[in-house]
Amino acid sequence: MNGLLQQDVNQETFVLNLGPQHPATHGVLRVKLVMDGEYIVEAEPVLGYIHRMHEKMGENRTWAQFLPNCGRMDYLSALSYNHGYVAAVERAAGIEVPERAEYLRVITVELNRISSHLLWFGAFVLDLGGFTPLLYAFDDREQILDLLESVTGSRLTYCYFRFGGVYNDIDDAFITGTRAFIKRLRKRLPMYDALVTKNIILIKRLKDIGPISKDMARRYGATGPVARGSGINFDVRKHEPYSVYSEFDFDIPVYEEGDSMARYMVRMDEMEQSMRIIEQALDKLPEGEIQPKKAIKLVKPEKGDYYHAVEAARGSFGVRIVSDGSNSAYRLKLRSPTYSNLSLFGEASRGMLLPDALALMGSLDLVIPEIDR
Amino acid sequence: MPEPFRVILFIVFVMAFAGLNAAYLVWCERKGAGHIQRRIGPKEVGPFGLLQPIADGIKLMTKQLFLPKGADPILFMVAPLMVMVPAIMSFMVIPFSETFVAREVNIGLLMIFAFASVNVLGLLLGSWGSANKYAVIAGARCVSQNIAYEIPMLITTITMVMVTNTMNLNEIVRAQSGWFFHWHIFRLDISLLMPVAFLIFFVCSLAETNRAPFDMAEAESELIAGTYTEYPGMGFGVFFMGEYANIVIGCALSVILFLGGWQSPIPFNPAGFLGVIWGLFWFLTKLYALIFTVIWIRWTYPRTQFYELLNLSWKVLIPISLFNLILTALQIKIFPWL
Repeated sequence: MNGLLQQDVNQETFVLNLGPQHPATHGVLRVKLVMDGEYIVEAEPVLGYIHRMHEKMGENRTWAQFLPNCGRMDYLSALSYNHGYVAAVERAAGIEVPERAEYLRVITVELNRISSHLLWFGAFVLDLGGFTPLLYAFDDREQILDLLESVTGSRLTYCYFRFGGVYNDIDDAFITGTRAFIKRLRKRLPMYDALVTKNIILIKRLKDIGPISKDMARRYGATGPVARGSGINFDVRKHEPYSVYSEFDFDIPVYEEGDSMARYMVRMDEMEQSMRIIEQALDKLPEGEIQPKKAIKLVKPEKGDYYHAVEAARGSFGVRIVSDGSNSAYRLKLRSPTYSNLSLFGEASRGMLLPDALALMGSLDLVIPEIDR
Repeated sequence: MPEPFRVILFIVFVMAFAGLNAAYLVWCERKGAGHIQRRIGPKEVGPFGLLQPIADGIKLMTKQLFLPKGADPILFMVAPLMVMVPAIMSFMVIPFSETFVAREVNIGLLMIFAFASVNVLGLLLGSWGSANKYAVIAGARCVSQNIAYEIPMLITTITMVMVTNTMNLNEIVRAQSGWFFHWHIFRLDISLLMPVAFLIFFVCSLAETNRAPFDMAEAESELIAGTYTEYPGMGFGVFFMGEYANIVIGCALSVILFLGGWQSPIPFNPAGFLGVIWGLFWFLTKLYALIFTVIWIRWTYPRTQFYELLNLSWKVLIPISLFNLILTALQIKIFPWL
């Protein structure tokens, strides 16, 4: 079908503007589609509608002043972005983090990852036309937001991590609440599996639809569940361990098929793995400080070039810092995963039908403010 | 009652029924969806949110009837009526009870199918007239979907006409009198595939009325609102009423052809006015049970893929319904005494 379309140059095509306001793009993303009937001849994502110059802001503010910005890039897994930035600055300035703080970071980040995947699950099935799972997923996600609110003080755009630690310690209520939540989600996931994953309509819509080959994923720099759904076994947590991730026993779900179903399964399996990490972290949680004994008053990294990557819910998030030794960055580069993941959409969607392409787009798990930064 | 008055009275009743039904089916849909999704649904306007449809109607009526740039003014305005009016017309022949029917037309079944086909034309003209690319895609989908689904639906209907020997809807219902196992869906002696035929008919009526999981024509996550994308205010409202009226017609036909229409499940039929109420009660019970199933399906399943839908029709439903037609013909021929 693909070849046929391209040969027939006399076919009349039309341009369809998908977005900037469209229910399937989940934000202010515009995709310019050249269509032949319902077949996509060419797709070109047009970015920048909500560009807020976070990188430039990082150069104009002190190191600490940039902290709240991190939570506003990917509002669904804000803590991973906090973590990436904080870890990069700590690496640059040589700040030690107490062990308890590292554990708290891991617990909260993994909870945030589950909440992000839950929301994706609901929104993705909504893209496919099933409305109900969204509200069930929101019900579960609400529990995580309550837990995180009790410790971080906010529900969405968290700013919980500080250089050298975290700002608030957890209490017993949080620990029992988290354990109860894990117990609850372990009961809910099989239900989602039975009601949604095994639904014949869903399988027909995802299986063998929107294949992304290993090679294509590599060429575009795809990371996270998109890459792992294409058979690339790469997870920053496992392969370049940071924080205390090396102390936990967890698996990286990898699927070889590369279709939308594979990406779906990766995320569903990742929730279970995140729960395993949280359980182990709660069991091993050491006593002690959550911030360095001597309060950090002024952060001034040595002159130099530093990089730190973390595994966010959507893939590898990297922060590159160029410091000139002053109290703000000389250059701050944020490598956001969805930007790379979206860039393969043009090639992957060629020759597909519109609804299939939208299923593919949903399976990439786009968060637009993070693409535009 | 003298004939002209009876018909006029009935027309008024039918129009009120269609209008109120559309309004309150929206309420049922939203309430049902709410409970399926562990929410409450509408509750603010009136007790249990019962006045919500009226509030919605007033809201839609007060909106400006905005004509999009480049739209065809005549087609754009006429299209909603072309969906609504035929749907109301179809109510004229539906027997709500043995005597509770506007006109016992001998070709009632044919008439309903004739009017049901106009519905597609309305959707197509509406999407063409609104000069919107999403709407045009939806219109094209709508037409190919309806063509594909009318075939198995009509083949199943032909089978039923063969069984009952009539196209008069009331006669079809009378043929199913007695115990509930005399309803056509349970008449395995006529055709072994009767329950399957019912399923085919029901699935086709879902597809005909563009209901989930076959709601390609208004797939909100793909085509924004499909055909209705450009429609403001009551233009959209009338389309919607037409859609719901069509759902009622589709379910009513399923009830009449397969589930015994106004027949009660036990052979007990009081005479006179009480009999009318008795029949009405059973007809509406069965009708709304089916409509609830339609709503239930919508909030349970994701949308199918377009080519899967056509595959289902051409590769599964049409062969099975044709086989059923032949099987039924043979069974009628071999065991004519049944």
